Amino acid sequence: MSTLRIARLVAAKDLRIEWNSRVFVNQVLPFAGVTMVIFAFALDADSVLQRVAPGLVWLATMFSMLVLVQRAFAVETSDGALDALRVAGVDPRAIYLGKAVALGAQLLVLEVVLLFAAVVLYGQTIPAAGAVLLVITLISATCGLAAVGTLYGGLAAGFTGRETLLPLLTLPAVAPVLIGATRAVEAALGTAGAVVSDGWPWVGLLVVFAVAFGVGGALAFGPLIDE
Amino acid sequence: MTTTDPTLTGDHTTPTDGRSGPGDGTGTRGTRIIGIATIVAMGWLVAFGLGFSPEDRDQRESVRLLYVHVPTIWIAYLAFIVTAVASGLYFFGKKKSLGWDRLAGASAEIGTVFVAVTLVIGAMWGRLTWGVFWQWDARLTTTALLFVTYVGYLAVRRLGGTHEQRARRSAIIGMLAVLEIPLVHWSVRLWRSLHQDASVLDADGDVTMDGLMLFSLFVGVIAFSLLYLWLVIHRTRVMAMEDLLDDRLLDDAVAARRAESVGGRPSVRTSNHTSDRASDQVSDQEGTT
Repeated sequence: MSTLRIARLVAAKDLRIEWNSRVFVNQVLPFAGVTMVIFAFALDADSVLQRVAPGLVWLATMFSMLVLVQRAFAVETSDGALDALRVAGVDPRAIYLGKAVALGAQLLVLEVVLLFAAVVLYGQTIPAAGAVLLVITLISATCGLAAVGTLYGGLAAGFTGRETLLPLLTLPAVAPVLIGATRAVEAALGTAGAVVSDGWPWVGLLVVFAVAFGVGGALAFGPLIDE
Repeated sequence: MTTTDPTLTGDHTTPTDGRSGPGDGTGTRGTRIIGIATIVAMGWLVAFGLGFSPEDRDQRESVRLLYVHVPTIWIAYLAFIVTAVASGLYFFGKKKSLGWDRLAGASAEIGTVFVAVTLVIGAMWGRLTWGVFWQWDARLTTTALLFVTYVGYLAVRRLGGTHEQRARRSAIIGMLAVLEIPLVHWSVRLWRSLHQDASVLDADGDVTMDGLMLFSLFVGVIAFSLLYLWLVIHRTRVMAMEDLLDDRLLDDAVAARRAESVGGRPSVRTSNHTSDRASDQVSDQEGTT
């Protein structure tokens, strides 16, 4: 079987597990929603919230991503499924790609929901002029996040202390995504007087990040889990 | 599982010519010379940094922090480069010598400590010259993320498992950091260049280097390089000993279980014998006379 076909199977399997267990819908999305609400408690001023809304959307996305990654690898390691895949001679790059795609799909849903929450709770508006920039930003940032999350999730999978290690490894690594995606979304939404053309250099950063960590992750994932 | 690596004492990093006895720890003649040179260089640094070098026109006495602040970050960068190279040599090397892994780990530990020193001294200096401990300037932010990244690397080293697992995992993380740091630096620069003028930091660039100041800085770089070298050699050797101790405890535990099942004691003796042989190997490498 070709690598892409296996990747598709792995991704479909992960998404089916999520769909059947409903953890994403019942726990992760509410968690992200709660995060958005408590941000409002911490930054108790409408004008502040309006100005920092894009950043809060991405922060909530990243915190929720940590939960999603833990979950994505908990289902693999609890009954040695990852080892079984490896013993079956499955290309680790295909596993990596598949799990990253499944994680990315969930992240995209999460981001759309959070953006909607920002419109409702923080008074954001989505102008038509920024729609293209917004969509491309969401996709490229999601690719970068999924690449990093899957890589470090695979590293920590199956070891005690992984719950605490994952944020420590992941958050510094995704700092560029947080910066780039926040600025790009600010430009797309016109937050604090930003204009759409300001956003495109940031999309460049996000694409470079996604490609670098996608390639690096695909190469490193095999040796990481092959123990 | 007597995985006693022949390169246990990190022979590629150190001139192990010493005549140390078993009770002397990780010191050898070579490291003692480096240690004495470090103390002498530090003495010079104190003399030049606090005494001979002039005070700055604008920053007055606080400029003397420069002689620690700058060398520590330079050596930290050097340490992280050593980590990356040693990780690569372990990972792509045919022999998979754990010596490279220990060198990578030791270097990262010391680099992390040096970055911490840089950040603390930088914060003090910032308070004196800018009036605040921290500025969200590109260089500071990158350095802080660099620090956190290597704290993460050190945490990965402590995940557990066999030495080989540790070595492979940390080698990959050590190499990924090389991918990560430039991206972080680029994004942070882009972030700050759009949002804030680098006005405050001009004070930093303003330091017109007087000849004696430059020489003091040079002394600082030499002193901290020697300190790094000394620390890295000792830390690598301590790590080799720790690994050896782990293997030995594992051997003993395996032998004890085996003895339980057989119901006789002689096999415990055999295991002690192998462990002794392992420790002899180290002693031989250290040049016991």
